Amino acid sequence: MEKVTKILFVVPAGLFLLLFFGYPVVKNVTMSLQEYTSRTFFTGEAPWVGFANYVTIFTSNLFVPSMVNTALFTVGSIAGQFAIGLALAVFFKRRFPLSNFLRSMLLLPWLLPLIVASATWRSILDQDSGVLNQFIGVFGVEPVPWLTSPGVALIAVILVNIWIGIPFNVTILYGGLQDIPEELYEAGALDGATGWAAFRYITWPNLRPVVSVVLVLGVVYTIKVLDIILGLTDGGPANSTQTLSIRSYQESFVSFEFGVGAAYSNVLIIVSLLFALIYLRANRRAVDE
Amino acid sequence: MTSIISTPVDAPRPQPSLSERRGVRKVPSAVFTVLGIFFLAVMLFPIYWMVNASLQPSGNTLSGEWFPVNPSFAGYQTAIADQGANLLTSLIVSLGTVVFSLAVAAPAAYALAQFRFRWVGAALLAILISQMIPGIVIANALYTAYNDLGLLNSIPGLILADATHAIPFAILILRASMLSIPASIIEAARVDGAGFFRAFVSIVIPISRNGLITAGLFAFLFTWSDFLFALTLTTTDEVRPVTLGIYQYLGSQVGNWSAVMATAVLSSLPAIVLLVIAQRFIAAGAVGGAVK
Repeated sequence: MEKVTKILFVVPAGLFLLLFFGYPVVKNVTMSLQEYTSRTFFTGEAPWVGFANYVTIFTSNLFVPSMVNTALFTVGSIAGQFAIGLALAVFFKRRFPLSNFLRSMLLLPWLLPLIVASATWRSILDQDSGVLNQFIGVFGVEPVPWLTSPGVALIAVILVNIWIGIPFNVTILYGGLQDIPEELYEAGALDGATGWAAFRYITWPNLRPVVSVVLVLGVVYTIKVLDIILGLTDGGPANSTQTLSIRSYQESFVSFEFGVGAAYSNVLIIVSLLFALIYLRANRRAVDE
Repeated sequence: MTSIISTPVDAPRPQPSLSERRGVRKVPSAVFTVLGIFFLAVMLFPIYWMVNASLQPSGNTLSGEWFPVNPSFAGYQTAIADQGANLLTSLIVSLGTVVFSLAVAAPAAYALAQFRFRWVGAALLAILISQMIPGIVIANALYTAYNDLGLLNSIPGLILADATHAIPFAILILRASMLSIPASIIEAARVDGAGFFRAFVSIVIPISRNGLITAGLFAFLFTWSDFLFALTLTTTDEVRPVTLGIYQYLGSQVGNWSAVMATAVLSSLPAIVLLVIAQRFIAAGAVGGAVK
């Protein structure tokens, strides 16, 4: 009896996870093996087509570019967020008047709805009248077609995503820095390790577990980003900002090719799961140490 | 450079004492405050720009002023006329998701923290992995299921979908805050005749107040910010969260930037207000969600 009551505590959550995570994952696998289009919604028929949808995506001339863009977007965003985030975390480690207040206000970009960030940056990056081009124009730089040139758009999208991710990186890395015992720095200072040497030989090795968690979590979050790209470029111009998640969205909800969209989703899941495994290992190490 | 070369090789290298070395690096702390304000200003400039642009007279161009010298509220009038209902929809969906997520997550978190189930480790692993499943995967499947169930364009449909952002996170945060509750308190209540459920409601819930606030805040912010489910699970304008309203502004009438930016400001208010009044809960959630 007692055992039954105890189990009742987890039943709602268990059911929810099964219906809203388990079912979608299974459904994506079956959908990707079916011809699942807008017609399916009228006729109820979704013929099995084997791996035809996967053949479609792997032979699509958008597959390789979207893989490459996903990789560039993820690596570029993470590298920028992490480098700037770490620098700011180290900076805010000092105590100075207002340091806590300033650091917590830094979180704001991360808390805004992503679509708000996209809208704001679209106005800032506008080629003709955006403030960024006005600003660089002061130094005699020609207006840059940030979001309208296929050569620049991906870089612009990455820069915006770096801006969004910095606060998260600062917060987690700052937390990691706080956990490094002050005595280590005092002992290091006696041996002459200050400044860069202190960072290299004390901060970095002790921060490593937190660093791996931040990086892997960053990858898992970044790889599936949709809002920012849809809001800024919609995957354009000339498909220059297509990623795996944009492809999946557009195949399913713009072309109503749910089978093809699901196939893209499954590629995305496999990539995410790979990083999830790395995350779990990194996290376990972080907890152990 | 020259001083190093001219130092005799056999001379003992002068070792500055610790206090001396600190003395050299003593920069007035006000300098750091100024630098910190500068970094914050650079990071928050886009948000300033959003507010500034929202106060410019409506027009097709962005080439407004750097400061809202003559603020115009025309953008806000348009925004509220066009998006007022959508803001309300977002608010209802967000509050609904908070209630639903906490109701589902809190008992589960308690069970995972206090009951000695053999499969706790496996359950936690499943929850961690569920957080990593891309939203588009869920949207693909839910669209077809919702279509059959008549849940498209409905508030309950959005609440259930948005709870996928909130529930795994809430379980992890709440479990962490419930781990430290001494089992003896609950045992005492049970000896007095309270059932597990009664003890949970009257003892565990009040003790876990901070965790509940953090989890609730994030459930609200996740849902308020949600764009993917708004985009895929609504097809008409009956039920339309404001994030989708902004997206449609961006597509159709990017001519009227002040209205777009006014809507953006209105959609940012919850985040700004919550960051100011509930700072420590937000920081706790940001860290707790990552390393637990």
